Amino acid sequence: MTARRWAIPALLVLVVVLAILSVAVGRVTLTWEMWKAQDAVSRAILIELRLPRAILGVLVGASLGLAGAAMQGYLRNALAEPGTLGVSAMAALGAVLSIFFNIAGLHPWVLPICGVIGGMTGMAALFVLSGMAASVLTLVLSGIILSALAIAGISLALSLSPSPWAAGEIVRWMLGGLTDRSFDELTIAAPLIIIGCIAVLGCRRPLDALTLGETGARSLGIDLNRAQWQLALGIGLIVGGSTAVTGVIGFVGLIVPHLMRSLVGSRPGALLVPSAIGGAALVLAGDIVVRLLPGGSELELGVVMSLIGAPFFFVLLHSMRRKLT
Amino acid sequence: MTRPASNLKISGLQFRRGNRVVLDGIDLHLQSGAVTAVLGPNGAGKSTLLSCIAGLLRPERGSVELDGTSLQSLAAMQRARRIAFLPQTPEIAWSIDVQTLVGLGRIPFHGLSSDDEDRAAVARAMSRTEVAQWADRTVTTLSGGERARVLLARVLAGESDWILADEPFTGLDPSHQFEAAELLRSMADQGGGVVLTIHDLTLAARIADRVIIIDAGRIVADGTPQQALTPQILRDVYNIDAQWLDGANGTPPTIAIHGRATRS
Repeated sequence: MTARRWAIPALLVLVVVLAILSVAVGRVTLTWEMWKAQDAVSRAILIELRLPRAILGVLVGASLGLAGAAMQGYLRNALAEPGTLGVSAMAALGAVLSIFFNIAGLHPWVLPICGVIGGMTGMAALFVLSGMAASVLTLVLSGIILSALAIAGISLALSLSPSPWAAGEIVRWMLGGLTDRSFDELTIAAPLIIIGCIAVLGCRRPLDALTLGETGARSLGIDLNRAQWQLALGIGLIVGGSTAVTGVIGFVGLIVPHLMRSLVGSRPGALLVPSAIGGAALVLAGDIVVRLLPGGSELELGVVMSLIGAPFFFVLLHSMRRKLT
Repeated sequence: MTRPASNLKISGLQFRRGNRVVLDGIDLHLQSGAVTAVLGPNGAGKSTLLSCIAGLLRPERGSVELDGTSLQSLAAMQRARRIAFLPQTPEIAWSIDVQTLVGLGRIPFHGLSSDDEDRAAVARAMSRTEVAQWADRTVTTLSGGERARVLLARVLAGESDWILADEPFTGLDPSHQFEAAELLRSMADQGGGVVLTIHDLTLAARIADRVIIIDAGRIVADGTPQQALTPQILRDVYNIDAQWLDGANGTPPTIAIHGRATRS
């Protein structure tokens, strides 16, 4: 299957359309006329609420799609993803601990940095637990262990929580969403996520080479140790940075690379950029759906993603079951 | 297309896995333009030796020098451009097309060769292995023999001075074995260096210019096939009764294995 030339331009157009929709759609629908009329309220909605939300959606979606594609390439496994393998949960644990120990308020950077440390710890633990040539079984089991550990830690923090405020904040993390995020939060998350993306994109060639397995990649002159740490660092930054601001949004990194393979082929390095664009589209679309659903309060995006993602995971696993036995 | 002569000098190579000595003082001088077959019983250290020569394993003692330069002092990419390696159990993780897979052999040349040069090298490798007709097919749809040819094309795409292949003929039917063997033979005839490990004594006798037999990490025989594959050495190393049979009227030789040796 050769790469389809129209795939990337088409995806970019999709992201632009969804971004415009994301800015316009919500409890109040913004129209061009309202914008032209220089209406103060609609301006405030646009700049204070919708714009950061749309930008955050693009940033988080793109980086999670990228992280998923890179993890799948590295572990040579189409079921790998930060969310399903517990890396996101570890990042959430890091963020939660910073609230629990009451250090998150010291500086706006403390919570995201703790999230990043959690994410990197998760990646490192995953590499240690499953090794390079992990079977699906070891990989999924490692993910279960990590998730269980992180969720237990979060629950512990919740039940020992010093104040109701802290407990409320912790619950907010576990749901995951783009609602009511401001430019301040964006400016903290963006640098972390962008540095993470650059680190991951720098691994294109090692990921390609790993198609031939560990020995094959090393015989092609690839330094796998370096690639491993660069990926752990990059994915840790992405997952930590995005989780700190939006909470756990799972399954993006699982669904998107899978869809992109049918568009651009399976070469891991060639899959990274399309997965980033596709991830942005998916998160924007999910966030628009969240706002359009009827009901008093908005459903959190993380919940919607899991509602879509879990059945998708099931179908994917079902189609791979012959390989698993 | 002939290439300049190249040589690999292996001296005092020692390698240990845990407490077990796998390679115990290997000295070898390999010249390009020849097919060198490394034989020996399972666990003799053949694969380890090949991995050390390919620079994938760092020996405990001793050195491997490529044209006078220690492999350890070469950057990994530099080494990979000159020595290509075909692992014993090649893995293909994703369902990519044949052309893309062969193109992975160009990874060490990133930034040094243009896209056109890469494409040309891939096309040459595919035509030499006769896999060009499958260029757009997904590797997972190919049979085992077809896939082996594609993997060989991947190794050729690097157009390296040396090709090290760890049991390249395992799992191939006799006809494909000969096909792959002839391809490696032609590589050597054009000046490339080919080193392979092999279990099939007859095939080794037919394609190799030089046969090296190792046992328990030491070289026990080194010479032309006829010098190395003698009944005495085969009995000592493999504990079999075997016999070199010259082919009639200049046809290739065969090594007949009569059975396990009865120790007397």
